[in-house]
Amino acid sequence: MNPLSELREGLGISFDAVRANKLRSTLATLGIVIGIVTVTLMGSAINGLDKAFIKSISALGADTLYVSREDWFDQSYDDWNKAQKRRPIDLSDCDALEQKLTMASAVAPEINVRRTVKYKTRSATLVRIIGTTEGFVETRGVNIAQGRFLTAADGEGSQPVCVIGNDILTNLFRGESPLGARIKVADQSFEVIGVLDKQGTFGLGKVSIDDWVVIPIREFIADVYSQKAIDQIGVKASDVTKLDDAEEELRQTLRHIRHLRPDQPDDFAINQQSQIVTMFHSMMRTTTVIGVFVTSLSLFVGGIGIMNIMFVSVVERTREIGVRKAIGAKSRSIMLQFLIESAFICLLGGIIAIVIAWGATLAVSKWAFPTVMSGTIVVIALLVSLATGVVAGFVPAWRAARMDPVEALRNE
Amino acid sequence: MSLIRLQNISRRYQMGAETVHALRGVSLEIARGEYVAIMGPSGSGKSTLMNLLGCLDTPTAGSYELNGVQVSQMDDNDLAEIRNREIGFVFQTFNLLARSNALRNVELPLIYAGVPAEERRQVALNALTQVGLADRVLHKPNELSGGQRQRVAVARALVNNPAILLADEPTGNLDSKTGNEIMGLFEELSRKGNTIIVVTHEEDIAMRSRRIIRLRDGLIASDQLSTNPLIQ
Repeated sequence: MNPLSELREGLGISFDAVRANKLRSTLATLGIVIGIVTVTLMGSAINGLDKAFIKSISALGADTLYVSREDWFDQSYDDWNKAQKRRPIDLSDCDALEQKLTMASAVAPEINVRRTVKYKTRSATLVRIIGTTEGFVETRGVNIAQGRFLTAADGEGSQPVCVIGNDILTNLFRGESPLGARIKVADQSFEVIGVLDKQGTFGLGKVSIDDWVVIPIREFIADVYSQKAIDQIGVKASDVTKLDDAEEELRQTLRHIRHLRPDQPDDFAINQQSQIVTMFHSMMRTTTVIGVFVTSLSLFVGGIGIMNIMFVSVVERTREIGVRKAIGAKSRSIMLQFLIESAFICLLGGIIAIVIAWGATLAVSKWAFPTVMSGTIVVIALLVSLATGVVAGFVPAWRAARMDPVEALRNE
Repeated sequence: MSLIRLQNISRRYQMGAETVHALRGVSLEIARGEYVAIMGPSGSGKSTLMNLLGCLDTPTAGSYELNGVQVSQMDDNDLAEIRNREIGFVFQTFNLLARSNALRNVELPLIYAGVPAEERRQVALNALTQVGLADRVLHKPNELSGGQRQRVAVARALVNNPAILLADEPTGNLDSKTGNEIMGLFEELSRKGNTIIVVTHEEDIAMRSRRIIRLRDGLIASDQLSTNPLIQ
């Protein structure tokens, strides 16, 4: 018997069987539907979070190193405590780096504090005020939507000017043109010279630039928050492929600037966003593992449901099996028939599940966080449901195939 | 040359601790074109003999040569192929697939034989025409009368041009009128040269064959020609 007509015969039988037992088949697929919905949603959520994260993290610039006292990923209190005792990073470090580094295309200090910002009668509280220099555009990779960014001249502090984030524009100006207008930060008046491009709908808290107000760092220290220490220095490597070399140059230069003897450890940390990406991915891996486990569990339960139904189906059709065997069906054909039926039911469940998951994905994207249902996920989900059907149907199909035709025909 | 040659066939079953001797050494030859009835009371071994003749079962001892091929030692797969090619079954309870129409039921053996779809359809239609059901090919079994169902079953049995038509109480579930019609169909098929073996316990059904083999306690008790004027 040729494989194609065998397959067609199997599909025809499965189709008839499903149509004849609509309710039973629906109930049987329920477990598979739930399992596959879980698979698909999981995949879509991880996919979406990943994309959103990469998008928001790219605001930091993949090729930018950040010098600060603390390592971003020090978890222990001791480490943090030790870092607090280190000599602060200050503007003189930044200036020296700017002069000496050869593998950096931009250097920008960053210092921030949260303050209330006022425009006319409106105000926004807890706005992140960033003090920096013109290099910030490059180290942070921000884009300007309107006007211009700070220049070296602004950096000298001759003019109290600021660049605002998109949320500030929306909340304070409400459609008015911001350029040339003056906003108040800590009772100082700043002229708005530019607006930052909107970063996107999904920010990971700290990383979102949409609610920032950027002012020259000397202005910041003089008028907003008087302190010598700065948070961090962003150093953009001129060649991203030589990021490691740039980091080593930065380390040595900084050690030199801060007069460390060769036997002394670094009294600073060099951070880069690849660390965040690494951490994020390891987090995502954990999530994925848990997700896969939960999903497998629900698929397992669904598979048992299918197995049950297939056992019932085999017993119910003992006579039919006997007739088919008497007529000349080989064990292999009988086995295939039931495997196809089981796979068919599961595939049907998989298709229903994908439709449901597709709707759910749209809903989640609209109201919660971005999810992306890719073609790959759909294909994987269908393959998984098919495989579940084959695995779950195997034992019942085996039992059917091994039936003795004489016994099967005698069955009432 | 004989179409069927059984030599000293025995078949034992293990029923718990007890061994049942269903057949105790049966030797038998049936030639091509014969119309044979196998009779016997229940427990005589006639069902076992039918299962062996139909290659649904294999003997414990002895040899069975069907159409020149030794089948007594074959495995399940080879037996399935032999059944598909050489044997057409007609059952007491028709055993049609309830969800398939007459045409698909008749096509079934051809599907397992690997016949291409177009040819399959044509051959199945011919077989249905042969049993007088050309106008019922798309009816499902529950839309057909008992006699018509049995005709579909006969068409299914014949569709592969088997060496033997093996019928197990073919009129058992039919009233005497339709039973007669089916037996008439068998006689017609016999005249056309088909080899037919009918297993029955009804004397008047057996009398319509040309040769009657009676079994008792797993052995052949008698083997005689009948005098059916319609067959001669």
